[in-house]
Amino acid sequence: MDIRSAAIDLGLISPEIIILASAMVVLLLGTVLKSRGLMAFLSLLGLVVGLVLVLQQWSQPQSGYYGMVLKDNFSVFFSVVFIMTAIITLLMARDYLIAKHIDRHEFYTLLMFSTVGMMLMAGSTDLVVIFLGLEIMSVPLYVMAGMNKIDPKSNESGIKYFMIGAFASSFLVFGIALLYGASGTTDLRRIMADFSFLKMQSELLLYSGALLVMTGFAFKVAAVPFHMWVPDVYEGAPTPVTGFFSVGPKAAGFAALLRICVYGFSGMAELTAVFWLLAVLTMVVGNVLAIFQNNIKRMLAYSSIAHAGYILVALTAGGEGAVSSAVYYLLAYMFFNLGGFTIVTIIDSRTGSNSQIDEIKGLAGRHPYLASLLALFMFALAGFPPTAGFMGKFYIFSEAVRNGFVWLTVIAVMNSLVSVFYYLRVVVAAFFGKPDQEFSPVSFSPALFIALLVTAVGTLALGCFPGYWLELSQMSMFPII
Amino acid sequence: MEHFNTFFPIFFLFVFAAILAGVFLLLSVLFGRKTKTAAKGDPYESGMKPIGTTRERFPVRFYLVAILFIIFDIEVVFLYPWAVIYDKLGMFGFMEMLVFVVILLVGYFYVLGKGALKWD
Amino acid sequence: MIPIAHYLILGGLLFAIGAVGVIVSRNLIVMFMSIELMLNAANLAIIAFSRSLNLMDGHVFVFLIMAVAAAEAAVGLAIIIAIFRNRETINADKFNLLRR
Repeated sequence: MDIRSAAIDLGLISPEIIILASAMVVLLLGTVLKSRGLMAFLSLLGLVVGLVLVLQQWSQPQSGYYGMVLKDNFSVFFSVVFIMTAIITLLMARDYLIAKHIDRHEFYTLLMFSTVGMMLMAGSTDLVVIFLGLEIMSVPLYVMAGMNKIDPKSNESGIKYFMIGAFASSFLVFGIALLYGASGTTDLRRIMADFSFLKMQSELLLYSGALLVMTGFAFKVAAVPFHMWVPDVYEGAPTPVTGFFSVGPKAAGFAALLRICVYGFSGMAELTAVFWLLAVLTMVVGNVLAIFQNNIKRMLAYSSIAHAGYILVALTAGGEGAVSSAVYYLLAYMFFNLGGFTIVTIIDSRTGSNSQIDEIKGLAGRHPYLASLLALFMFALAGFPPTAGFMGKFYIFSEAVRNGFVWLTVIAVMNSLVSVFYYLRVVVAAFFGKPDQEFSPVSFSPALFIALLVTAVGTLALGCFPGYWLELSQMSMFPII
Repeated sequence: MEHFNTFFPIFFLFVFAAILAGVFLLLSVLFGRKTKTAAKGDPYESGMKPIGTTRERFPVRFYLVAILFIIFDIEVVFLYPWAVIYDKLGMFGFMEMLVFVVILLVGYFYVLGKGALKWD
Repeated sequence: MIPIAHYLILGGLLFAIGAVGVIVSRNLIVMFMSIELMLNAANLAIIAFSRSLNLMDGHVFVFLIMAVAAAEAAVGLAIIIAIFRNRETINADKFNLLRR
């Protein structure tokens, strides 16, 4: 093996390199220059260039670095989701950060570092690279959660996220260690290729390793019973960061889980039962507990747990169609969840806001357009047609039925009906609630306008013209060997 | 006798380290400037009192320096294997390591720019 | 030569001690040390496997985990310092602002 051959693979990770480089430029320039607007603009530029470079890799599956980095359509699709998430977060964050006096350039740098970590995570079948990507993603997130240093709630959010995150990663590492011991490799493709042999030879190591890895990822995607940290972390973190948490790391965790389940552990039929249980618990606990929340960020936290449950339904169903429906759902979820968080961010930017649902009362009277957008996103989260939420759920549930998981689908549909209640509560508060005092107006900026426009158009486009997007998500399936 | 051959390098290391330490001590006794103040006599010249309650607080800057030290210190684990096979990796390995060090330098300049290394 | 099982038993025990430490302990620093113990238990297991299978890539993985653990340590300590400045305590039971 010639070490020099690795040099020619640089083009493969050019999007990551561009985003990393601009993150470092922003980090250094920010200590010299005072203009935070310029920093935000430079970060946006880096992310957009990264997005363009990623899009050029579509439909040209390549691998490099001795098979450790894989740029198939799956990783390109997810990279686009991650970069879009980062861009929308950046657009919605700016005014909030200024209002809360935490407008630091480190925020943009950390956002980009985290994005690169997610891209690496989705772009590999090697457990070592997946682990490294996970850590590059998580470590900046711990800092972002605790970014508002003088706010004790933000502190608490940071420390809780850090403790749980580090705890989960150590499970993951131990699981990888056992898998490595069982198979002598960390590449999932090779584990899968030798699966039946390995199963005979070292079944215990293989299964305990797989379960530990699953536990680690269950923490990351917040599946019940590993969800306890989610509401606290989501409530305490700065609101745009919460929006980023609820989409980016979750999508990255599912990207890695999909790879692992399809490549690595497809031979473990027993895992289906584990996933079945996880999916049911996650949906039920998420939806039921969301009903009792008065804080909108906590409510959305439980709602994000419930949505992880729907995606777990797709994972349980297995097979190519189900995986592409999960991919489609994650894209749709990115649009409407980030849209919802953009509006919560706008409302939260007002001084003295405590992100209670009661504070939304009277929004329609003062800002009718904002209130209708809020209604759109809430309807999408609840899964009403013609929004993206409906089509996403429809594809997942029909795949589950097609693969014979009828009861699971019944439970999922019932859960989705329950969820209507708490999403509509927000809409009712916005349109018909009588505010205790007059609704203090919110301020608007072009950045927020673009963020809302992109998310709203995305939510409607995926709902009204699902065919094209479904085709994209089917094309982004990696070949199942 | 075969054990002697195996362990001779370690034996040599011990003797060499002892001689080197002795030479340094001797040199500093011979040429060093002699100051006799109370602070000089402390076990830790940083001003930490080695005896007293363990609950005592000391400035948060110690933690800050310790944190920064961990980060830059641990990166040596990557430099060391590279140094061992430097001649086999050649120019490509050198460039790779250069990139690595530049990334570390970005962190270092950030720390400098933030003034985290200023003590007062 | 010491059989691989011995290393694995030691690694498993260290991992279990760490996991219990995180759950039982109320002091953030002790919790954090327990997490480091868990990571190092995994490191031990990887190195043991790497030796017994006669593969080198395990060593590389351990280096990477060490670097990651150091980065986590720095961030974790920084967050603990930030929280101590505001709250004057590192007792995990005291951090209950974020409840209904």
